[in-house]
Amino acid sequence: MRSSRWIIAFCAASLVAATPHAARAAGDQVVIGDIDDMSGVYADVEGAGGVEAINMAIADFGGTVLGKKIAVLTADHQNKPDIGASKFREWADQQGLNLLLGGSNTGVNIAMSKVAAAKKVPFITIGAGGASLTNEDCTAYSVHYVYDTTALANGTATAMINAGGKSWFYLTADYAFGTQLQSAASKVVEQHGGKNVGAVRVPLGAADFSSFLLQAQASGAQVLGLANAGTDFSNSLKAANEFGVTRTMKPAALLVFITDIHSLGLKTAQGLYLTDGWYWDLNDETRAFAKRFYAKMNRQPTMDHAGAYSAILTYLKAVKAAGSTDPDKVMAQLKKDKINDMFAKGGYIRADGAMIHEMYVMQVKTPQESKYPWDYYKLIRKMSGEEAFGPVTGLCPLAPK
Amino acid sequence: MPVPVLLGQLTLGLVNGSFYALLSLGLAVIFGLMGVVNFAHGAFYTLGAFAALLGLQYLGINYWVALLLAPLAVGLLGVLVERLLLRHLYGLDPLYGLLLTFGLALIVEGSLHQVFGASGQSYPVPESLAGALNLHFMFLPLYRAWVILASLVICFSTWFVIERTRLGATLRAATENAPLLQAFGVNVPLLVAATYGGGVALAALAGVLASPVVLVNSHMGTELVIVVFAVVVIGGMGSILGSIVSGLVLGLVEGFTKVIYPEASNIVVFVIMALVLILRPAGLFGRE
Repeated sequence: MRSSRWIIAFCAASLVAATPHAARAAGDQVVIGDIDDMSGVYADVEGAGGVEAINMAIADFGGTVLGKKIAVLTADHQNKPDIGASKFREWADQQGLNLLLGGSNTGVNIAMSKVAAAKKVPFITIGAGGASLTNEDCTAYSVHYVYDTTALANGTATAMINAGGKSWFYLTADYAFGTQLQSAASKVVEQHGGKNVGAVRVPLGAADFSSFLLQAQASGAQVLGLANAGTDFSNSLKAANEFGVTRTMKPAALLVFITDIHSLGLKTAQGLYLTDGWYWDLNDETRAFAKRFYAKMNRQPTMDHAGAYSAILTYLKAVKAAGSTDPDKVMAQLKKDKINDMFAKGGYIRADGAMIHEMYVMQVKTPQESKYPWDYYKLIRKMSGEEAFGPVTGLCPLAPK
Repeated sequence: MPVPVLLGQLTLGLVNGSFYALLSLGLAVIFGLMGVVNFAHGAFYTLGAFAALLGLQYLGINYWVALLLAPLAVGLLGVLVERLLLRHLYGLDPLYGLLLTFGLALIVEGSLHQVFGASGQSYPVPESLAGALNLHFMFLPLYRAWVILASLVICFSTWFVIERTRLGATLRAATENAPLLQAFGVNVPLLVAATYGGGVALAALAGVLASPVVLVNSHMGTELVIVVFAVVVIGGMGSILGSIVSGLVLGLVEGFTKVIYPEASNIVVFVIMALVLILRPAGLFGRE
């Protein structure tokens, strides 16, 4: 008897806690949402740091736009597309959401872009990489802000081929992102007269990569293309070193965040070529942002953190210029403006939603070259936005070829 | 398939099998002697790896000492868990023990995630095991060879203690008829706590062994423990020898799958588990 009363009381309490404060929504404030992986494998790449970057941007903008207060909602999609999409829908219906920032995970972002189109809410993808977001999955309200699989492949694959790596074997994460990355890299390799020798599809989150690496080594290819990310990337590179695969093959990382290099250490990661959308130690402006971020999060920002900051500023500027939060007016304004801040110089949002900006081909420093904490990359080449993201493909109806 | 490639994959399968054997052994000891389905096993494995990592970073404890100290510390934690929490659930449906340990696993992994983040840290391979062995069909890193050796020795000595010594006989008697054993003057609660501590220490030991091979992070045990449960089910719940043998064999089978059809390598163990459950529900080494 006593325990059932407790259960009822508990349920009642949680109901009260879960009821959204819908009354204050819409009208008197501008609502920005952020749905990201807050607790899983990608949480360090953006996660809580992304929320911090959003708040920094809002504070720098003055905390209000068009005389309205700016509110932030955050949620953890747990890498599940259905959770991301339903949270987005709920905020759009009940909280008067004006803008959604989509964090990591291409699958979740594709699901959320459908909601953006249905609810007419501007939707800016930050952490996810799949280029399909501005191609077959594009919508009139989508923007892909930081990087995509095309840009990563153009940067890293071209750099490897220029350094003499003509034949490639891929270690591919067996899901949408991995296969998109592999096919983008294969195309670049072929265009430059290189050869794709083979690939092995590795289940996501595999415990051991050594077996796949020996298969790669047996192929005789010169380059080991790592079409995976996060822990999978780190564990495969670690094993490649241990088994001496890196002595006969050059590893090419198709998606690396600086947090991965920090985890691995320079001794393991040195010499690696990679493509980044932003680096904290590029110039005084980036260093200033990094310093403020470091003070709050105790680590250097990734390109996603800087991108989230820039995306919020860009959106707020567009709202101010358009004099309205009306989604169509804001989208038109966004596609008109040039983006000039510490993240991008002369960046612009193309008709298909891709934010075209410079990308950087980097090489990881050796332990001797690294002079201070987080001094990890040397700049090999700056790619113009047009070169990195390539021409429009025609797959998105908004941007015919 | 050329013979050298085959031999190479066999060897790698044996390395992974060693981890499976070590982890499933701990689970089998805990289930066989206590009837507890220990879902926190993966969390204790992670704790072992973190204990080694933090010991190195903050106290300068080297790998060999950590190999001894980390399982000891985690084992003691296990004893505490048994005395404070698990003890109250004996005699109830085994589901309660499962839920308790599952909850513990979530708390441990969540806390580690909160403090250390998601991306993990590297533990260096000890200097004395840094090189590689030339087996002519492949280069086997010395450290992986050490993993095979260490886990075989530990697995079979654990089996020997439980199945072939007086202490083991007493342990088994405690599960068969606790009141009678207590009447002989044996401190049964202490024995049970030590058993749980021992099983958990095996998980921590596997964690220390794994730390130079993979990144140490909060979710390193989450996926592994599911595979290991399948291994235990295939070997026969509670069978010590079954867990060791099936751990090694499944490592080999998984190794072959990685060459023949890599996409299936993370499900092959579960397919075998389903087949075993249909054809021989008590497991390969279990008693009906």
